[in-house]
Amino acid sequence: MANMTIPPMAPPLTLQVEQQLGNFQLSARLELPASGVTGIYGHSGSGKTSLLRLIAGLERPQTGLIKLGEQVMLDTQQNLFMPSHQRRIGVVFQEARLFPHYRVRGNLRYGMPRPAPQRFADIVELLGIEALLERMPGTLSGGEARRVAIGRALLSEPQLLLMDEPLTGLDGARKEELLRYITRLTQQVDIPVVYVSHDADEITTIANHLVVMKAGRVEASDALNPLLNRFELTRELGGFDAASLLESKVVAHDTAYGMTHLALDDGQQLSVPGIAVPVGSRLRLRICARDIELATSPPANTSCRNQLNATITDTTILPDAPHTIELRLNIGELAVRARVTRQSWDELALASGMQVVVLLRTLTPLMSH
Amino acid sequence: MTLSPAEWEAIRLSLLIGLAAVVWILPLGIGVAWLLARHEFRGKALLDGLIHLPLVLPPVVVGYLLLLSLGRQSIIGQWLYTTFGVALPFTWQGATVACGVMAFPLLVRALRLSLEAVDPKLETAASTLGASRWRVFATITLPLAMPGLLTGTVLAFARALSEFGATITFASNIPGETRTLPLSLYSLIQSPGQESAAARLCLIAIAIALVSLMASEWLARRTRQRLQERDG
Repeated sequence: MANMTIPPMAPPLTLQVEQQLGNFQLSARLELPASGVTGIYGHSGSGKTSLLRLIAGLERPQTGLIKLGEQVMLDTQQNLFMPSHQRRIGVVFQEARLFPHYRVRGNLRYGMPRPAPQRFADIVELLGIEALLERMPGTLSGGEARRVAIGRALLSEPQLLLMDEPLTGLDGARKEELLRYITRLTQQVDIPVVYVSHDADEITTIANHLVVMKAGRVEASDALNPLLNRFELTRELGGFDAASLLESKVVAHDTAYGMTHLALDDGQQLSVPGIAVPVGSRLRLRICARDIELATSPPANTSCRNQLNATITDTTILPDAPHTIELRLNIGELAVRARVTRQSWDELALASGMQVVVLLRTLTPLMSH
Repeated sequence: MTLSPAEWEAIRLSLLIGLAAVVWILPLGIGVAWLLARHEFRGKALLDGLIHLPLVLPPVVVGYLLLLSLGRQSIIGQWLYTTFGVALPFTWQGATVACGVMAFPLLVRALRLSLEAVDPKLETAASTLGASRWRVFATITLPLAMPGLLTGTVLAFARALSEFGATITFASNIPGETRTLPLSLYSLIQSPGQESAAARLCLIAIAIALVSLMASEWLARRTRQRLQERDG
């Protein structure tokens, strides 16, 4: 997960589907990458879950083609439909859906195609559910039940794992904990994941490819950071408050002030309030465009500790915000979005290609990698 | 009190016919209940109605209809006789059919209700884990519908034990063949001077009913306990 761009390889999942559900029309053409986490982002009613159900084989579109690698799972032209139990696509639903009459162990074993004690032990450990094995599902907390459901899906040895808003209904701390487990497993288990969510934080934490859905259509599909940097998607990504990501590495912890120092790939340094991750780990940071300030030279007296050198690369004025200028900056190799008012743009005489100093007011550390 | 051979015979026949009736309607009832609970198809209301007919029709009518459809002169009856050498009317097998038909709606109703209460989302989850439809049914749907299956079976057995009208019409009242407890009792009441024998049979019937009720209560309690253990 060090790189935000995914090396090109054969698309494992090809999707071309049309489905009419009442007066809702789902129409999607997609090719999703062979590894890593693909986030499907959209507001409720945008068709994310329907898309997931089509991939899992829980619904049949009127017309369409679904291929996983070379394996055809659906081809309406040839009247071919592979039922869900033959697809080897694991699903983690919004609710855990554990079988109430089996113990946790029985639930985990339910989908295992063959005995695999080592794999079983590994996944149980990865998800921290060793202590729950003999419990009945009715006695588990929400977060525990979700973890068991994830383990159960993984143990069925799927070729693809679908997750449909798996954090729904959990409180803040539980949510963060489960997200940490999911992030860990996406890095350690070599199965491509499709992760559906309407939550910006969640998706920017976990995904490396993003699909934006709107009113039953695919609005965009691209690697995460390039997509976040696309001006024309500002509105669709409004939930993101037009943010972008920085990948960094933890270089030191300052115990006196309780700060953690980070380095970007081009060597520039940042500091954030102390995070308990070992030196050397990768850390993804999210910055909102509105939290970036520009200066033409390093300001002498400012409380802002995080100052980076950057180059303005592109600008645009969005029709629904005529008083501001949206811009893209390069910090080393990384593209980042920023926003200034037209007034300050003119008064500072900013222009594309100019070197500037960016002041970062708020940096949100996402999951450690 | 020692039982006379005739009384033993009636008890034996009642239990045999009751059990046999439950055994043959059980797989059929599970299939039909599943169909009604989980599927939409044309003629569903008609099927539902047909199954419930024995509950609302006078039993004599059901017996007469069985005689018409399965009697020796009917197409099915002829086929059964020429292929298997089985004749249903006036035999204990026939009594089993009559009791089964009468008990069927009770079994299906109980089972359908509890099948409908099983969350289809669990079945979907099982299928995404690679379970075939049959495995989903056998490992998820049916075990979760177990309380209804037990209730339905007990109800059906009780109904089969007490069945009178359809049996006497279709299978007649033949000692040692189709004369179950209710039929014996009826015969005794018909003959003068058998009041004390009738009273004895009455007591026996009450005893059997009580024992089965207690047994089913015990079974239900055990299932409940097992489910509660599961929950905590």
